[in-house]
Amino acid sequence: MEKIGTTIKNNMRQYAMLIALVVIMIFFQIATNGVLLYPMNVTNLVLQNSYVLILAIGMTLCILTGGNIDLSVGSVCAFVGAISGTLMINMKMPMLPALLITLGIGFIIGLWQGFWIAYIRIPAFIVTLAGMLIFRGLTNTILQGLTLAPYPKEYQMISGGFIPDFLNFFGAGFNVTTIVVGVVLSLLYVFMALKKRKERAGYGFENTHFLFFIIQCVVVVGGIMLLAYWLAAYKGIPIIFVIIGTLVFGYTVFTQKTVPGRYIYAMGGNEKAAQLSGINTNKVLFFTYVNMSVLAAIAGISFSSRINSASPVAGQNFELDAIAACFIGGASAYGGVGTVIGAIIGALVMGVLNNGMSIMGVGIDMQMTIKGLVLLVAVAFDVISKRKSRT
Amino acid sequence: MGTILEMRNITKVFPGVKALDNVNFKVEAGEIHALVGENGAGKSTLMNVLSGIYPHGTYSGEIIFEGKVCAFRDIKDSERMGIAIIHQELALEPYLSIGENLFLGNERHKRGFIDWNRTHMEARELLKRVKLNESSHTLIKDIGVGKQQLVEIAKALAKKVKLLILDEPTAALNEEDSNNLLELILQLKSDGITCILISHKLNEVMRVADSITILRDGATIETLKVGTDVIDEDRIIKGMVGRTMVNRFPKREPKVGEVAFEVRNWTVYHPVIPDRKVIKDVSIKVRKGEIVGISGLMGAGRTEFAMSVFGKAYGSRISGQIIKDGKPVELNSVRQAIEHGIAYLTEDRKNAGLILIDDIRHNITLPSLKKISRRMFIDENKEIMVAEEYRSKLAIKSSSILQKTGNLSGGNQQKVVLSKWIFARPDVLILDEPTRGIDVGAKYEIYTIINQLADEGKSIIFISSELPEILGMCDRIYVMNEGRIVGELSREEASSESIMKCIMQSNREVV
Repeated sequence: MEKIGTTIKNNMRQYAMLIALVVIMIFFQIATNGVLLYPMNVTNLVLQNSYVLILAIGMTLCILTGGNIDLSVGSVCAFVGAISGTLMINMKMPMLPALLITLGIGFIIGLWQGFWIAYIRIPAFIVTLAGMLIFRGLTNTILQGLTLAPYPKEYQMISGGFIPDFLNFFGAGFNVTTIVVGVVLSLLYVFMALKKRKERAGYGFENTHFLFFIIQCVVVVGGIMLLAYWLAAYKGIPIIFVIIGTLVFGYTVFTQKTVPGRYIYAMGGNEKAAQLSGINTNKVLFFTYVNMSVLAAIAGISFSSRINSASPVAGQNFELDAIAACFIGGASAYGGVGTVIGAIIGALVMGVLNNGMSIMGVGIDMQMTIKGLVLLVAVAFDVISKRKSRT
Repeated sequence: MGTILEMRNITKVFPGVKALDNVNFKVEAGEIHALVGENGAGKSTLMNVLSGIYPHGTYSGEIIFEGKVCAFRDIKDSERMGIAIIHQELALEPYLSIGENLFLGNERHKRGFIDWNRTHMEARELLKRVKLNESSHTLIKDIGVGKQQLVEIAKALAKKVKLLILDEPTAALNEEDSNNLLELILQLKSDGITCILISHKLNEVMRVADSITILRDGATIETLKVGTDVIDEDRIIKGMVGRTMVNRFPKREPKVGEVAFEVRNWTVYHPVIPDRKVIKDVSIKVRKGEIVGISGLMGAGRTEFAMSVFGKAYGSRISGQIIKDGKPVELNSVRQAIEHGIAYLTEDRKNAGLILIDDIRHNITLPSLKKISRRMFIDENKEIMVAEEYRSKLAIKSSSILQKTGNLSGGNQQKVVLSKWIFARPDVLILDEPTRGIDVGAKYEIYTIINQLADEGKSIIFISSELPEILGMCDRIYVMNEGRIVGELSREEASSESIMKCIMQSNREVV
């Protein structure tokens, strides 16, 4: 077994951003006299940032392929919102076909941009900068500069709805279903972690120190239950939360455990070596961008549902928030390094900063300045610590 | 005229290798002094020491230029003294004009603003001197390699060069351009410019040189003077390759089976320059359990050949036939090549072989992820098993399989790349310079692994620029030059002299 000290040291950098997030949360919890972690505010925090969280997942994959970014996602969000608004508000189309068409449009946008980036090899920066202009323009064409509102009730539920408390048989004052889901997820986590340890032991591999394992379980279970408590004390689990959770889980598994996920990392690590190992890097790049636009469509749906309107100015600067989240979360600007979870943490750091400063009454001007500094400091910390570890 | 340059007792050590061992080198003013030797003999290292690329203090010994002891800190220092080096890979900016390139870093200016009139006027003079009939406004990318070479020389002249070093200047040139260049060197000599010429083409050396210094294994063998010594190619070749070999290669009894892999009439064009043929009608075969060498000088086209065979990873308009186990196969992508049991180990392990920011484990399994996954999901435990197996089997010195390959030594990096391709379970392994930049001990280990692979019945194509290695390892040797096979030698026929002769003969046919 490894020594506890080395385990902590090895995991230090991995957890640095998580620790930073906790520190920032504690700071604002104190500075806002406990308002930050009010159950209602925690729910709001997730709802407010849902679009960044979704976009950051896709952006991570783009950055992984070699530091490529997608500047068009904000405009794509607006464009997709305009489509769904036209279909559902103007044409009174039912939700399901409207959603399918909207997602299909995201997919087609992905094919378009992926084609130029991966097969014509125009730098992603330029293609998506063009996309940013094109889709913003088309949004205005479709909406003719006007805002469409309101959406039907069921569409608003995507971002505003909660999982009904169907397990609350005895009229408890909190959301029982949420607590039950929390307990189930906690048990599932511990079970999976134990199974993994057993498997590794079966192969005769080294496991982390058991004490460290216990700490890890306590922290994760504690985190899940704390979140469940907050959500339960307000209205329960937001539907968008389920969507985001599924995406985060799915994409984490995809990037860490599957062959195509490995190809993305390999391409970003050394494209030439990847090619000579039989990886079709054009294809990898192509599907990464198709995926990004589909996720942008999901983000666009969630955002338009949240503001309950299709607006020509929706989604401005979303791309920058998503990119910043990835870099704060430890992605390398050269590709090959970064995780979905890291980007989620990065997005939450930004979200907590926004939210906390708003509660404190800090002006929007200072908020931007501080967010900029945080981005710079986070990446500088990463670059410098890497340089140290090399020597 | 006296001695312009003297290098005394130069010793230069790289980690694990003594590249130069007490080299003495003396150049008379106004002469053309040829420097010859095999790849890796230390010619380029010596010139890098001279030009300050390896600064004073990183080597031992003295450089005396025009009677003064010099301690160059960088290339600027040596340029200020009038020493200019022109490397094999030209260092011109393709999107700048000839005129701009000529004065790059040496701009003609008035108070910080570039004086374009003077730039182009002086450029015109320089171009006239090197007999290059081009406008100074033409972009570098629009002129051929031969003319670019002339621009490099003009650039040196712009710096008031006294000693001009040319590293393989004609390697990439055709006959006519080579001739022009040699004429120009003779012209410069009559203008009083001293020249050091590094060349593999002995006929060129014999044609222009006043003295010839032979280097071998980082040591000076002899300096021959035209007019006083008896000079012929055989004597030079003997000096270049005549080394003793004792047990540098593990013993092996070849058990050669039937033909397993064959390439017929393989022709490849340059990927960017459309009408330049890089590989010309090459045909080779390899038997089971056989190690077949491809020998040749740098730029002979060996890597291009190997990569074009490996799923068309290089070149355009590729034609020819590949036959594996008696059946013709189409290898249109690297993936297909791997699936047909072909592996190619790159000569450039850092840039094309490894993902340096990733660990040993992931590097080994990369081409063969299907072997360790169910549907699309990677079995991480199996992956660890595989990585551990190869780490111990090939004795990869590392803290664990989770160590980043960027932190390994060259020899261990190469073992990771070898593991990667052995795990792909190929029938045909193309090894491109498998021991480049590796110390002697690790080389021996890698030779042993290669022998084992051959004993298992795999067919090995062994590409190397080091003649002793080719001779020590291979059952049969193809000699390649300028994109063609110019000789095929059995183990018995093969010797440094016979290989060199094949190359020299084909050069003579071309010139």
